[in-house]
Amino acid sequence: MGEHLLSAILFTPLVGVLVLLFIPGSMKTAIRWWANISAVAGFLVSLPLILNFNKSLDGYQFVERVNWIPALGVQYLIGVDGISVLMVMLTTVMGMLAIFASWDSINDKVKEYYAMFLLQQVGMIGVFISLDFMLFYVFWELVLVPMYFIIGVWGGPRKLYAAIKFFLYTLAGGVLMLLGIITLYLQHMAQTGVATFEIAQLMNTQMPLWMEQLVFWSFFLGFAIKVPMFPFHTWLPDAHTEAPTAGSVILAAVLLKMGTYGFIRFSLPLLPNASADRMIVNVLAVLSIIGIIYGALVSLMQQDWKKLVAYSSVSHLGFCTLGIFALNHQGIAGSVIQQINHGISTGMLFLIVGVIYERRHTREIKEYGGLAHVMPNYAIVFAFAMLSSAGLPLLNGFIGEFTILQAAFQANMAWGAFAVTGVVFGAAYLLWLYQRTMLGEVTNEKNKGLKDLNWKEWAVFVPLMAWAIAIGVYPKPYFDILEKPVAAIVERVNRQTAPVSAAIQPVETKSEAR
Amino acid sequence: MSSYYTATDHFVLLPALLLGLFACATLLFDFWVFPESKRRKHLAWFVLMGEVFASVAYMRQQMFLNQHGGELQAFGGSLVVDQFALYFHWIFVIATAITVVMSYRYLEVRDEHHGEYYGLIMLAQTGMYFLASGNELVVLFTGLETMAITFYVLVGMLKRDQRSNEAAMKYFLLGGLSSGLLVYGFSLLYGMAGSTKLREIAAAMASRAQDDTVLFLAVATILTGLLFKVAAAPFHIWAPDTYEGAPTVVTAYLAVASKAASLALLLRILLGPLGLAREVWEPILAGAALLSMTVGNIAAVTQTNTKRLLAYSSINHAGYILLGVVAGNQTGIQGVLVYTLVYVFMTLGAFLVLTVLCRESTTGEDINDLHGLMKRNPAHAIWMLIFLLSLAGIPPTAGFIGKYFIFLSLIETGHYYLAAAAAIYVAVAIYYYFRIVKSMFIEKEETEMPPLSLSWGTKTALLATGVMTLGIGIYPEPFVRFAQQTLVR
Repeated sequence: MGEHLLSAILFTPLVGVLVLLFIPGSMKTAIRWWANISAVAGFLVSLPLILNFNKSLDGYQFVERVNWIPALGVQYLIGVDGISVLMVMLTTVMGMLAIFASWDSINDKVKEYYAMFLLQQVGMIGVFISLDFMLFYVFWELVLVPMYFIIGVWGGPRKLYAAIKFFLYTLAGGVLMLLGIITLYLQHMAQTGVATFEIAQLMNTQMPLWMEQLVFWSFFLGFAIKVPMFPFHTWLPDAHTEAPTAGSVILAAVLLKMGTYGFIRFSLPLLPNASADRMIVNVLAVLSIIGIIYGALVSLMQQDWKKLVAYSSVSHLGFCTLGIFALNHQGIAGSVIQQINHGISTGMLFLIVGVIYERRHTREIKEYGGLAHVMPNYAIVFAFAMLSSAGLPLLNGFIGEFTILQAAFQANMAWGAFAVTGVVFGAAYLLWLYQRTMLGEVTNEKNKGLKDLNWKEWAVFVPLMAWAIAIGVYPKPYFDILEKPVAAIVERVNRQTAPVSAAIQPVETKSEAR
Repeated sequence: MSSYYTATDHFVLLPALLLGLFACATLLFDFWVFPESKRRKHLAWFVLMGEVFASVAYMRQQMFLNQHGGELQAFGGSLVVDQFALYFHWIFVIATAITVVMSYRYLEVRDEHHGEYYGLIMLAQTGMYFLASGNELVVLFTGLETMAITFYVLVGMLKRDQRSNEAAMKYFLLGGLSSGLLVYGFSLLYGMAGSTKLREIAAAMASRAQDDTVLFLAVATILTGLLFKVAAAPFHIWAPDTYEGAPTVVTAYLAVASKAASLALLLRILLGPLGLAREVWEPILAGAALLSMTVGNIAAVTQTNTKRLLAYSSINHAGYILLGVVAGNQTGIQGVLVYTLVYVFMTLGAFLVLTVLCRESTTGEDINDLHGLMKRNPAHAIWMLIFLLSLAGIPPTAGFIGKYFIFLSLIETGHYYLAAAAAIYVAVAIYYYFRIVKSMFIEKEETEMPPLSLSWGTKTALLATGVMTLGIGIYPEPFVRFAQQTLVR
């Protein structure tokens, strides 16, 4: 298994799906057990990855290569570096917890639900380990269909609208990204005569700046819609709000990270000149900052608990993209760590909404108040999640935001100054939410008899809380594992800029001489 | 050339002879061998036997070509068998075989005649043979009309159904008009070249100026006729009504086989004698492709009849295929070939599911008839989902490979705007395809219906189309190679 560890991680959930298909739909308990076993197996199989990962090595590890479609230059090429290892772990852990959290909340079409969830795990893991661009694209699109069904079948009242909106937005971005991929592939083929989608080889492509920018914007549409960055974020609140709890958790924790991961894995290393281009960096940073502030302000306004959390995602993901386009080591490393943090904290926040929604079937904030008296444990967990999300020191959120802000200040004082306000607003909407729902007297009669967390809910929250503390207190392993890959990306972006500007220089002098 | 009918002539013509003879025999067998109408469904076996015979003949031609390369000419160059023609012949065989096995159940349900239906289907295939293999204007036109006239009859086969009659009449009138225009264009070509053979016309064209008015007129009329046949906008008006009114099995056959045959003709003419007039037809074709995608996609959004919806979707697909011709390089033509093959499987599959839905009580054509299909027949719903994803072009299904080639060729030839438009329309298309998905998976049915009963034929056909749709998507290598080899002269 040693050589095929990544394939094993990738296909474990698929095996789960295939077996699941043969369990009759009426045996709900058996289906639940099997789905959970598959998810736990998926996590256990992924453990050797992080344990055996050698963080002092450059390049990719656990690489597997099979010629898949030679006629098109597509390979089944998978491998991981520090960034992808963290993403894969995030996926398997969150997937396992989300599937467990669905035990009581999903009672309709149980078999289909778990099949979709496990299928989605395959797609997401595939996205994070693909080293072939076309393979990546296949997994990228593969994720859409299960999520469409998860939202559309098991979602809230406006589920159909939310589901198709999610699908259309992300698909449109994806297909336009495909055009960029093809352009890059053709350029590479024209220069080297080799037809391949292998990322390591595509990096050697030299393109005129305008073309690189064109490709960058096409990638941008794909990734930015997924993240989502500011003008493309409108699908997110709908999808998040209407999805079932576990769906929201996975959507926030993992699915959105596909976009930010795309920027880090593809946009920066493949298009270093365009990525370092001043205009592009400025646009991206400004969009990120708008996202941070806008997301936070809109969160302040929300009457719907879940929608509030959804908009807070827009704000937090703004930090992630800002970190990436600070284009320095701290920024990118901080961004990756913040992506994990966002997965943990926002995942927890969505689970918290799910807990109360299952008991009361409403998400209106004004329906609640004083829950701390009725559900003290719940209030404690919520306080923990809120503080982690708001970036309290010694908890995970602080590490990410602090590093990113540091990087932003290094890159541009103004960016840092604006982004900091996002932290303030973030604390504001979270604390206010907490105050309105948890503190004070119990205002609503219906809330008096609510039960506190049961063991299943605890079982989901405890690992997440432990992970949050672990990152907050001792983030060094994460920075260590990111050291090499991030350094390589930063070096590539900065090195590529220098010779090009030097190369442009002589051409200009020459024309002057004439 | 002293002899009129040489061994080579026979070798080349054999499949068409077999198909034609089997077609006539089917018509006769109808009441000779099976006097009781109940047993006439067994004629399907007989048709399949004919397909096997034709396949053997094709296989021998294929082996000959693989061994010796080049092409086979017959009747003084009027008929030609090359890899290109054979590629389409295989598509016709596949399409006909699948249509036949999915038909007998439908004919039973609708209480229609078997013999005439199967006979006409094979006769149409005979016409298609000449469209793919013809290398001479008169042969091509005869083939086209053989195919078209059988289709006029097939479309109107449900004589007790008003919509079917209306569809046949519309198709016949507009089809006649387009054939007239086409043959007018052919006559202009003949006038310019003094020959009806495509090779000689091509040679004569080389010496003509590109801004020739007569040439433009010829191109315009021929394109009008051809665009009508492949159901591309702005000559698509017949398609929705005809597709909706025709018996579902005929719709399926019309949508795939007739379109593929017309594409073969289009490629033969545009890349052959009119190859040098590319500057004249390329912008027209690009416009038609763009318009087809626009009309197809936008009109499909509001349809509530699934057959109509798929009709508009087929107009949209015609647009994508034409884009491959617009790109026109090796990749583009390869893309057209791959797309056509893929299109056959996914479209037949989708219509197949609709055919299964048709029973005594309901026609199964309304989008609401699909409600709750996932609960009743999960296998059908899942196959249909795969066909729809493929039609939309989502990996890892076959449809993606087709679209990929089109995008690739467009970018390769610098048609960035067309590529971007084609890409955007993928997202539009998903909206209406997923209305069907929504209907199957999410909506609940109003009245409980018993699960559908299935014949062996539909099961086999469903499995075949489904496996191919997924198979080409997951492992396209052999199919891509096959299409590539077709283009090597």
